[in-house]
Formats: sequence, C-alpha cells, structure tokens
Amino acid sequence: MPDNAEAVAEQVFAALADPTRRAILAALASGGPATATDLAVDLPITRQAIAKHLALLAEAGLVRAEPGERRRVRYRLRSAPMQVAQQFLAALARDWDSALGALTDHLDRGAQGPPGRPARRAAEPHPANPGTPSDHGGDDEG
Amino acid sequence: MGFPDRIERTVELAHAPEKVWAALTTAEGLGAWFGNEAAIDLRPGGAARMRWNEEGFTAEMRVERVEKPAVFGFTWGIYGLPAGDPRRTYVEFTLEPAGAGTRLTVVESGFAQLPEDAYHKAYDGNTDGWAKELGELAAYLDAG
Repeated sequence: MPDNAEAVAEQVFAALADPTRRAILAALASGGPATATDLAVDLPITRQAIAKHLALLAEAGLVRAEPGERRRVRYRLRSAPMQVAQQFLAALARDWDSALGALTDHLDRGAQGPPGRPARRAAEPHPANPGTPSDHGGDDEG
Repeated sequence: MGFPDRIERTVELAHAPEKVWAALTTAEGLGAWFGNEAAIDLRPGGAARMRWNEEGFTAEMRVERVEKPAVFGFTWGIYGLPAGDPRRTYVEFTLEPAGAGTRLTVVESGFAQLPEDAYHKAYDGNTDGWAKELGELAAYLDAG
C-alpha cells in the first residue's frame, strides 16, 4: 500500500472507478467478509474475474485477505484508505466561496434581515457536491 | 497538484468589522447566512451548532478562539467520518479593517493528516488523534 495520502487517494479513486469493484465492495460492506466464490454467486461475473478485482482492491488496501475455513481465503473490507480519500473530497467540498457570497449578501441586505436564504447554502460538507476551486484567495498548498 | 490541507479565501466586505463580527459569531448571524438555524456559546471551549434544514444536516462546532472583533476560530468534524471521530478541521476567520470596510480571511486547515495516523485512527479507533490535533492547534496558536 502506498505510504502517502495522495497516492492512497489516487488508488481509492481508481478502484472505485470500476462498477464491478464497486459492487464487490458493496457486497463486502453489506454482507461481511466473503470468499471469491461467495461473491461470484451474487455477482454476474466469473470467480476468476472477481479474483482479479480482489487482487487490485487488496493492493489498494481496500480489502484484506485473511485465511478462512478449508484454506479458502476470505476478503474483508478495510475502510481506512477510503477515509484518506474522504479527506481529499472533504477539502474540495467545503464550499467557502458560496458561504462568503452568502455572507456578503447578508451584510448588504442590512444584516438584520431575515431569511432571504440563498438558494444554495454553503459549506454543507457534502462530498457529492464538490465546490469549484476558485482562482482567488490563497493556494491550497503551503 | 497536492493533497490539500487548507482552504484559504479572502473577501472584501463593505461593512465595519463589528458588523461582520456579529454575522460570524451570533446565532442570528450564523443562522441567516451560513446555516438555517444556529446556536453558539461564544467563548473558547464553547459549543456551537448549525443546522441546514433542507439537507437535514447538523454541524457540531467547538469554539476555539474569540478575539473580538479580529479573530474567530472553531473546529468541526469532517463529513463522512463516523460520529465521534476525533479528526476535525480548524476554521479561523480573521477580520482586518480595510478603509470603511473589512477584509475577511477564512482559513480551514487539517484536511491532510499523516496517513499513518489516518490508518491507525481509522483502524484502531483510538483517540490520540484528538490530542494530536489539539497539539497542532496549540502550535498553530503559539506560532500566531
């Protein structure tokens, strides 16, 4: 597994870009640890294809192989790399541009006024809705 | 390209620092421009909360720095981490007079934490991250 955060995030995003791998992770998340054979029962692809995807997921640190019964390898979900990726997304999602725009509007309206709420409130830290990095303000690095 | 640890934005406002300060640090102000509802205990260590009704999301904050009318800082959680996860980001507003108005800078930092820490914290669920975070905050405060 890579040892710096950006490389971890990159592998997570690459792993999640494939629908079969997302399905495998979803199956492990909902059903708990499983073997490649178990997963092949529930997913519309062969055991061999699943094994290939599991190897990639293991390399990204998203699953861990552990010995199971009768020498069958079971795979268990690991969420740590996703949380590293999550931090990357969180930094994008904190939408200060909208928040400061709303503050400016609020002050310009007279600061006591009620709630003409802006259509889109800011800084809901929601990774599904990443803010657009703006070209003003400080750079993120350093 | 880098893994972003901090977000920094500056905006020029045509209002005096005292007025901007009220918008940032009162429940009325925060509930008007930031969230839909807000509550705040404005003192270091005090709790604050903001709610976005539409999204059904509530942010729990902890007030860290109160230097009226120049510096207001708080920490809050990182979306997507489990409730109670010790990792938080630190948000600091700095208000500087600029003519008749205010230059407002917001810096949110702490997004990129050591991956080793992230693994241990995520995996073992330990809480030393919080102490570390506060140490970083203290170092930050000392440096400031």
